[in-house]
Amino acid sequence: MSMKATIRKVDSVIVVDLSGRITLGEGCTQLRELVRDQLSKGNKSILLNLADVSYIDSSGIGELVSAYTAVANQGGQLKLLKLTKKVHDLLQITKLYTVFDIRDDEAKAISSYGSMHSGV
Amino acid sequence: MTPEPSVVEVTLESDLKNLEVAEEIVRKVAATAGLGEEAEHQIEMALHESMINAIWHGNKNDASKSVWLRFEIYKDRLEIRVRDQGNGFNLAEVPDPCATENLLRVSGRGIFLIRSFTDEFRVRNIPSGGTEVTLVKRIHPHGSTQGGSDCEHESDNSKS
Repeated sequence: MSMKATIRKVDSVIVVDLSGRITLGEGCTQLRELVRDQLSKGNKSILLNLADVSYIDSSGIGELVSAYTAVANQGGQLKLLKLTKKVHDLLQITKLYTVFDIRDDEAKAISSYGSMHSGV
Repeated sequence: MTPEPSVVEVTLESDLKNLEVAEEIVRKVAATAGLGEEAEHQIEMALHESMINAIWHGNKNDASKSVWLRFEIYKDRLEIRVRDQGNGFNLAEVPDPCATENLLRVSGRGIFLIRSFTDEFRVRNIPSGGTEVTLVKRIHPHGSTQGGSDCEHESDNSKS
């Protein structure tokens, strides 16, 4: 099963609902292009909803890190929403739980971008 | 005397499309071994990462090469061997992905995850060529999981 992404805009935040697998190959490529595309449009407030992501491998973790730094390098913020237990555990053991801004509640996550300048 | 294990052996073309084939096999083997859901997921991830290493790093994504897998179910553990036709690697040279300076690196977490999700992880070079890694997952009553590591609790399961 490959990855699927649905993009919606809430206030000035781009919310990406991801589902399936973020793994080496198609899933990682898709995520990379999606983030690059949003940045090229000036959208620097990105919230990745991982609620329906069933599987992330080491390459997928790397892609999340890459997306995080790409957005940060442009003065934006990439946050993660609704981790499954498996993904939560992965970020915990790799120590990335302390790097990412991780949220459980979408509305609160959206408002946390409040002071962010968005290029939209 | 140790009872003979149940054995499944398969040779796959060294192609990333076979990742899912290997995962399908390990899910069935793990279920047969009675690992339990969480341990099953962990050994599946460990095999997934080992397959990527074998195909991508070992066999250099050369589909004319093969990856050989052997699953052995013992009463108390599942052992999986993954053998490629590459030149091997030195575990001591694999950087710690949890070190502060490596945290934001895009790659380099595969071996760490394998170690985290197995009870034992061994690597050996095959004299005739190739590298073989062995993943061991212990079978606990009621499917509970133990072992593994995280960045704060350094792995003690490397026998390399």
